[in-house]
Amino acid sequence: MARLNVNPTRMELKRLKGRLKTATRGYQLLKDKTDEMVRRFIIIARKNKQLRQEVEKELVFALQNFALAKSLTDSTQVEEAFLMPSKTIKLQCKKSVIMNVPVPDITISQQQSQGLPYSFLSMTADMDSVVFAMDKLLEKMIQLATVEKTCNMLADEIEKNKRRVNALENIMIPQMQETIKYIAMKLDEDERASTVRLMKVKSIIQKERN
Amino acid sequence: MYNRVGVIGNINSIMALKAVGVEVFNATSADQAIELVKKLSNGEFAVLFIEETLAQQIPDVLQKAKTKPYPAIVPIPSAKGATGFGMQGIKNDVEKAIGTDILFNKEETTNGR
Repeated sequence: MARLNVNPTRMELKRLKGRLKTATRGYQLLKDKTDEMVRRFIIIARKNKQLRQEVEKELVFALQNFALAKSLTDSTQVEEAFLMPSKTIKLQCKKSVIMNVPVPDITISQQQSQGLPYSFLSMTADMDSVVFAMDKLLEKMIQLATVEKTCNMLADEIEKNKRRVNALENIMIPQMQETIKYIAMKLDEDERASTVRLMKVKSIIQKERN
Repeated sequence: MYNRVGVIGNINSIMALKAVGVEVFNATSADQAIELVKKLSNGEFAVLFIEETLAQQIPDVLQKAKTKPYPAIVPIPSAKGATGFGMQGIKNDVEKAIGTDILFNKEETTNGR
């Protein structure tokens, strides 16, 4: 492991020791953070999978029924019926935070409903049931959107965090340890050198006196 | 801000969603879908559903949108049935976060018993 390019001085040694302490602490914290995020992620991912299975099944069923119902009616008539929706939905969006990751929190806040967008005369009863089924499904779909987005963002954050942990564990901390060792050795060596030099000088002076 | 719901796909199959208050945008090709996604990511739409068949063709755009909290772009199946693209997305997320796919593997082994 390459050591850092620094001057072997006492100042640098002190500074590096401080940094190593911070890095070790940060490493521990980040590791704990990853653990907790993974725990939460698994819960959310399970929910995501279950929701998606339900939504996919129900939506395909509803869309197929819609296609069937549509085939029984004149296509222009269908278009006309759906041209002006009688309903508008408004969402309420908040940002909640999971382990410092901002994730969306979407709920349907207001739903102005006036029933079907067409008169009972113009469409078959099949179409009515499709619209009602869709209505029920919509809430689940919005929920799926929230959960899926949360899942995405958490996965992203976990990956980033893992990288940070790895960088600290395998690069930063060993590098600093190596450098600290190097500086300590160098300082010791200098000290020994100066002691030896002093002894040598002393013995030369002693010799001259004699 | 962020209070509308949109769906991108073939107008014939998703028209039913219009009846429940979702705004419907017609796209039949990948280019149209990309343009719509860009246009609709302007800060008004919180949720964009997109048909799986279209979503499969524009992975780059979806990947870019994943980093922001809004809009949440969610692939949905069309009337032809689910292609498994949405499930694959969850699988990818799990693999990304944990390193190995534990959710789906587990299911397979329990099913096999």
